[in-house]
Amino acid sequence: MTATPTVPKGRSLSAQRKRAAFWFLVPMLAALLFVAAWPLFRTIYFSFTDTSLTSLYDGKWIGFDNYLSYRQLSSGKVIWRGTLVDPAWWNAVWNTVRFAFVSVALETVLGLMVALVLHRNFVGRGWVRAAILIPWAIPTIVSAKMWAWMLNDQFGIINDMLLRVGLIDAKIAWTANIETAMIAVLIVDVWKTTPFMALLCLAGLQMIPKDIYEAAKVDGISALRVFWRVTLPLLKPALMVAVIFRSLDALRVFDLVYVLTPNSKATKTMSVIARENLIEFDRFAYGSAQSTLLFALIAIFVSLYIWLGKMDLGGKADQ
Amino acid sequence: MNTKTKTFLRSLGAAAATVAGTMATADDITLASGITGDAAENFKQIVAPWEEATGHTVSLVPMPSSSTDQFGQYRLWLAAGNADIDLYQTDVIWAPQLADQFVDLSDVAGELMESHFPSIVESQTVEGKLVALPLYTDAPALYYRRDLLEKHGAEVPSTWEELTATAKLVQDAERAEGNADMWGFVWQGNAYEGLTCNALEWVKSFGGGQIVEPDGSISINNDAAIAALELAASWPGNISPEGVLAYKEEEARGVWQTGNAVFMRNWPYAHRLGSGDDSPVKGLFDVVPLPTGGDHDESAATLGGWNIAVSKYSERQDAAISLALYLAGPEGQKTRALVGGRLPTIVSLYDDPEIAEAAPIVPQWKEVFLQAVPRPSAPTQSSYNEVSSKFWSAVHNTLSGDGTAADNLELLELDLTDLRGNGW
Repeated sequence: MTATPTVPKGRSLSAQRKRAAFWFLVPMLAALLFVAAWPLFRTIYFSFTDTSLTSLYDGKWIGFDNYLSYRQLSSGKVIWRGTLVDPAWWNAVWNTVRFAFVSVALETVLGLMVALVLHRNFVGRGWVRAAILIPWAIPTIVSAKMWAWMLNDQFGIINDMLLRVGLIDAKIAWTANIETAMIAVLIVDVWKTTPFMALLCLAGLQMIPKDIYEAAKVDGISALRVFWRVTLPLLKPALMVAVIFRSLDALRVFDLVYVLTPNSKATKTMSVIARENLIEFDRFAYGSAQSTLLFALIAIFVSLYIWLGKMDLGGKADQ
Repeated sequence: MNTKTKTFLRSLGAAAATVAGTMATADDITLASGITGDAAENFKQIVAPWEEATGHTVSLVPMPSSSTDQFGQYRLWLAAGNADIDLYQTDVIWAPQLADQFVDLSDVAGELMESHFPSIVESQTVEGKLVALPLYTDAPALYYRRDLLEKHGAEVPSTWEELTATAKLVQDAERAEGNADMWGFVWQGNAYEGLTCNALEWVKSFGGGQIVEPDGSISINNDAAIAALELAASWPGNISPEGVLAYKEEEARGVWQTGNAVFMRNWPYAHRLGSGDDSPVKGLFDVVPLPTGGDHDESAATLGGWNIAVSKYSERQDAAISLALYLAGPEGQKTRALVGGRLPTIVSLYDDPEIAEAAPIVPQWKEVFLQAVPRPSAPTQSSYNEVSSKFWSAVHNTLSGDGTAADNLELLELDLTDLRGNGW
């Protein structure tokens, strides 16, 4: 491309580049505004109205009633209403947090282990790297449905294998039992997302200069010590990014739970319960309030994470 | 196809053409419908005569078999004014909730509706508007293994208590003979609309009312209902697999049709599939109305059934209405009864000799149908889904041992009272 003649002389190259960058960014910003910001603001707006799904445009402003409101009965007793005092909501928050914490912790550890193995040279490494990505490539709905059959208590292959090996003596109703429902969801999520973690970790591992390892080898440092003192600290930036990606995903988990255990109290997450109110119960505004809270919780979490983890999102370290 | 059929179809086609006026091209009508068993293959057979007569084609949009899942999707499509779907197959309980989104069919179908069961037509009428046309009705029954009962000298149970005892007896005897996978009774215990149906039958047949009575009063917290749930709570892990708490229709049929259950509660479709040539239980089972309980003398079967509604947003409404009339008409319903074993809603079809021969289950089911009890969708209106969800949650909690029946029903009563507020 030729330079625009209108650019006055003397303007620094960097200012020019910034302007160009801005124009290159405009389409993406517009798209983001359109597909992310606008729906978000609309949801927040709906949460302050009494909109229902059958009349999307006739909602009246009711302030914070969907979040918290109180009424005084004639007996003088005060009754609190709204999402913030809804036990079903707090149960969902707890389920989501528990799910996010356990799944991300497991996936990080397993992903790191897989990445360390894949980082080594061995015959057929390319094939193994491709193969390990398969669970990640399968759409969640498909893998959830597939696992639902595998976990089925009567025809499921999991129970059959465990029975044959003798690890259990009666068939387990994985998705039906309150105690095992969350475990079932976790198993599937870990199976599905560990490859993603492994891939991000592997990318991080490949960034670490080889000469550090050679130096450690020359000095005769044990492998374990090298891992704790060299690999892990140098991997930390990549690991932090991977963990936050996964945490964001896990906090808004929906599809997996919806297919595996849609109505189990033990696994209902914030997204599942918000959808239930939005669509099934004809409480669109109430569901919007829950979606807004979900957004707020994730926003707070990310801010805390970045702040506490001293993550460098501005890319200043590179300059 | 007989001449009468052809005339009927031709007149339908002509009517559609006249209404459309300038209809020059054949339309492709889309119909969204939940799929259970072999419904998708049967559908092609059912609509073929209509396609031939009118020149239009029909595309089936298959939906998940859970009616809760279907409802969520339909509501989204309808709220968005989706013009891609012309017809929706709707559950009997949806009419009050979706009435605004469908075309009023009372003018075009008024005459046809006179031949249908009045109670079903009424369930699809909301404030004078005919929201959907009945396609078939559904009422569950008790399936039992005749061979196993005979082998172990047991009678067909007429009460839930007898069923519990018989199921246990046969199950244990079969297991002792090395049939380790045998279970006494399978049903639908997943936390979804189907559990509402199952539990309503237990409660109603114990004389515990129907959750919310037609006048809108909340009746669920009573001793008969508590007794019913307590008995049901004794089943999982005893005569039913623990996994029954995650079963829907097809999972229950899976256990039953592989020959691993003595009793099953299920809808009529399972009868035809169980009698298929590839079915291990072919010819070994029979059906009876569901049992009664707690010294109550009347059994109950939840009224199911599916209807066809025309979307307000359809751009091919005339052809869609023509198809709806055909499907709900005598030909459509007869074919559905013949190939799909579905129960017609046209009264005279119950005495049709052809149906009686091809699908003996249809006249047999008349008895079951007489004891049908509706879910409280009419009195609770747009809150029905939430009422049902609260009910199935309370039942599911009780069944999985999370709280006693008495506690859970007391809480449920409180929740429902809150939900009702000053009126449904």
